[in-house]
Amino acid sequence: MKESTIMKIHYGTALASVGLVAVHILMRLTTGFSDSLSYENVLANYRSVPYVIMLELILILLAVHGFNGLRVILLELKQGRVYEKAVSYGVVIGMIVLIGYGSRTIIMTNMGMV
Amino acid sequence: MAQVSSVADEQPPNPLSTTKSILLRISRFNPEFDETNKFMEFTVSYEKWTTVLEAILDVKKHHDHSVAVRYSCRQATCGSCGMLINGKPRLACFTKISELDSNVVTVEPMNNFPVIRDLAVKFERLFDTHHKIKPYLINDDSEVNSNEKEFLQSPKEVENYIQFANCIKCGLCNSACPTMTTDSSFVGPQALAQAYRYVADSRDKGKDTRLDIIDESHGIWRCHFAGSCSQVCPKGVDPAMGIQFLRGYLLGFRS
Repeated sequence: MKESTIMKIHYGTALASVGLVAVHILMRLTTGFSDSLSYENVLANYRSVPYVIMLELILILLAVHGFNGLRVILLELKQGRVYEKAVSYGVVIGMIVLIGYGSRTIIMTNMGMV
Repeated sequence: MAQVSSVADEQPPNPLSTTKSILLRISRFNPEFDETNKFMEFTVSYEKWTTVLEAILDVKKHHDHSVAVRYSCRQATCGSCGMLINGKPRLACFTKISELDSNVVTVEPMNNFPVIRDLAVKFERLFDTHHKIKPYLINDDSEVNSNEKEFLQSPKEVENYIQFANCIKCGLCNSACPTMTTDSSFVGPQALAQAYRYVADSRDKGKDTRLDIIDESHGIWRCHFAGSCSQVCPKGVDPAMGIQFLRGYLLGFRS
């Protein structure tokens, strides 16, 4: 993938994250802080389809943006063909693992496993 | 030559002269023998028009001829005498001691360049990256195969790039760039500014080629807007602005 395409995704995910995280924070403000973290409330949030789609989007956006940022930092720290390939594949794997782990919580909640 | 200097010595003192002196600290380093650099100190007298280069040449003439320094034109045109002067990348021939406002002047080789000896550094990386972005007009037409004898430009078209054509390849921008310090493959502000210089030239047809060259993992996207390149440029080239314009092309804001 061209670096400009990657950076367009990087900037796009940053902007979208700011918007969605703002919505997320505003929604948390509708209830008290301790209420919003109560067990039943969290489960109810995970079972609300529109809200859970937003959480999943935030997870994907921040994982993509964060891991690409990490890739950029690591590429500037050290150079070399093998190292750079390892960094590129490493961050993609990290991204997939993090999204997978975050999605697992949502899936488990909706399948009644918790 | 000796006769010339003796004639100069016989001239009456300049009534405007207000000779003062400074402590000139020169970094000495020979990579073949030294582990680290050390500083040698010289007391040098100066006038308000004396440049740092003249002070260094005074040291070479009267104190230690082995000080290694690269210079040529003495008028900020050749780009040879770039060095760190009191910690900031500057041209020694273009920096008056009086404007430094300090009794101690420390000169060191430029950052981000391998040292040959003392103040002289290797320019290979600068020239390689400069060459990489194809610093010439790419155009199949020429006076030879075109009906037109020359490619005329309007003043507006010239304005688009002329500021960037002032680059003298002194390397001060690359020396000041924080990314150049950590990323040994980064193309650098000098080459990027020159890429813009040709991309913005209405006679040039190599825009896509150049944008492809700089659109890689150690290309234009590794610039982090520090802006130090533009601050230190002695010719007002403003590489940071050129980089932003180039990003505009790559992000689709410019065509």
